[in-house]
Amino acid sequence: MSTRKKVMWWIGGAVIVVYALFPIAWIVSISLKAPSDIANGQFAPTNVSWENYSTILTGSASDLFLPALRNSFGICLIATAISCLLAMFAAYAIARLDFRGKRLILSTALAVAIFPVISIVTPLFNVWRQIGLYDTWPGLILPYLSLTLPISIWTMSAFFREIPWEMEQAAQVDGATTWQAFRKVIVPLAAPGVFTTAIIAFFIAWNDFVYGIVLTSTDAARPVPAALGLFSGASQFEDPTGAIAAAAVIVTIPVVVLVLLFQRRIVAGLTNGAVKG
Amino acid sequence: MASIEMRNIVKQYGDGFPAVNDVTLDIADGEFMILVGPSGCGKSTLLRMIVGLEDITSGDMVIAGKRVNDLAPRDRNLSMVFQNYALYPHMTVFENIAFPLRLAKTPDEEVKRRVAEAADVLELREHLERKPANLSGGQRQRVAMGRAIVRHAEAFLFDEPLSNLDAKLRGQMRTEISRLQRRLGITTVYVTHDQTEAMTLGDRVCVLRKGTIQQVASPRELYEQPVNLFVAGFIGSPPMNFLPATLEGDRLQTPFGAVELDERRAAAVRGRDLLLVGIRPEYFEDASLVDEAKRPLGSVFRAQVDVTEWLGDSQYAYIPYEAPEAITNQLRELSRELDSEELRTQAIVSIDATSRIREGREAEFWLDSRKVHVFDPQSGENLTRDAEAGARLTQMATEDRVEQVQEAQGHRAGAA
Repeated sequence: MSTRKKVMWWIGGAVIVVYALFPIAWIVSISLKAPSDIANGQFAPTNVSWENYSTILTGSASDLFLPALRNSFGICLIATAISCLLAMFAAYAIARLDFRGKRLILSTALAVAIFPVISIVTPLFNVWRQIGLYDTWPGLILPYLSLTLPISIWTMSAFFREIPWEMEQAAQVDGATTWQAFRKVIVPLAAPGVFTTAIIAFFIAWNDFVYGIVLTSTDAARPVPAALGLFSGASQFEDPTGAIAAAAVIVTIPVVVLVLLFQRRIVAGLTNGAVKG
Repeated sequence: MASIEMRNIVKQYGDGFPAVNDVTLDIADGEFMILVGPSGCGKSTLLRMIVGLEDITSGDMVIAGKRVNDLAPRDRNLSMVFQNYALYPHMTVFENIAFPLRLAKTPDEEVKRRVAEAADVLELREHLERKPANLSGGQRQRVAMGRAIVRHAEAFLFDEPLSNLDAKLRGQMRTEISRLQRRLGITTVYVTHDQTEAMTLGDRVCVLRKGTIQQVASPRELYEQPVNLFVAGFIGSPPMNFLPATLEGDRLQTPFGAVELDERRAAAVRGRDLLLVGIRPEYFEDASLVDEAKRPLGSVFRAQVDVTEWLGDSQYAYIPYEAPEAITNQLRELSRELDSEELRTQAIVSIDATSRIREGREAEFWLDSRKVHVFDPQSGENLTRDAEAGARLTQMATEDRVEQVQEAQGHRAGAA
């Protein structure tokens, strides 16, 4: 590559990074401004203030934020775990077995995935109230499964399809039952796929707002995105902008940590799934 | 260790296509059986039916006197080496080899001992802690074999195990497999499309064509007494030459002059007009280099040489000839079936490496007529096959095998 080309690449890369990260930098900056400083007309805070963070972690908004954070973690982790487990079995069957209705399952999964959330949330609200799932953890885990399962099944079946059949046959000849072959050979080989799927599923659940705001009413089950919408300012004339920004930063942290931890695997996983579907 | 008997085995796929059709084959205890044939002949399917990875449509598969048709692979106690080795990439070499033992819940001490034993046989000691991804092709192949020999299986099954190796390594592994099989004295079924492997490894070779058995015999019998055109064309490299011939008395008129037939063979072909003569390349020689004593046993003819190939230890000459269209078409079809694309009718002739015959010139060749075979062009049947001589050759191979196995076991008993 010539020097000129290299420079162009660097400039291009820098533009994209700034474009993508600027909103986040802005949020961080706002979260560090004191309420009176928010309209200071400049990007950086005049004085770095941790007031917003103390508001949401220990102050007036902590009653709203901390339970929501706990709910979000619990609900999303459980939904991800269940969805990965179910998707693993479903994807294995789809990749390995020949049975009637295989295509039907795959296209149904796709149909569920593209169904707009907003159109089912109202009937769901009524049903949940009738059967007592309203404002409970299972009441959110179930709809989250409907969001995460289709994509999990699709990604994992792409992974399973890539594992050579012979692996499993070799295991069977070596004396393994179908279950042993699955557990000792196929699952370890599919581990990167399972990781990728788990992370994607977790993000989807973590980012949900509509189900969270409609199907909950108290801090018994309300997740963070819904809680953010309910923040209020110190008086009715003040917007809780600073507090929301601080909460947004905190909510972003686990996502960033997860991505950094599994960066390699996600990239490998996404391209794997993409090239050979 | 066990014998494997197949009785009228049929494999039919969903669309009714019979991949294996009515195969009956007995493999003796300790025998090295080769399944060979061009691609799509059903040899791998047959192997996978033995091991249980493929359902049997009809017929009986009997291993060690027990019908195993409905047994799962794990209950048949056979071990198999796959074409792509199918090593478990997430396990070390040690765990790969130990895998069958772990599944059988073998105590840890014994696992260690037996894996070490297998590793010693295959010279894998220093690689035991590595992952398969870091091994060379030959080492992976040995790990796959280690996994097969580590437990006391009834039989070994190999599915084209050497086809992913380069030529040199293939030769080494071939002798290695042969030595290992003799040493362990274990029944072995080996699928290949490579006839060098078939000829060198097998006690007996089973030649398959479109799912049916053509001939089961020792390599020598296959080479010298093939039952039909297909076997004759498949076994031998360069392949046997097939020349059109007409019968005149006891002599066959071929594009390369007349070939005299002896009493027995003349009687076998009498009464037919158009025939195919099968002559192996090494039955020819540069006429100027033939011993005076040998000369009268064959015939001499002159022909135009198209191309010569000098290989150091041997030399081949290509001689084009004219053939009736019906014969040409049939030969072309045969060559297509044998996975080769022969475009012109030409004879490949093996001559002494010192011969000075040159391309484009006319030269004098000598043809040994004692060993030629005559085939029926329609059915492909070998009309001059000497079944008794063939059976004698296979009998000899069987005796050799029994002797070798006894010797190997004697060695083992002596060592223990």
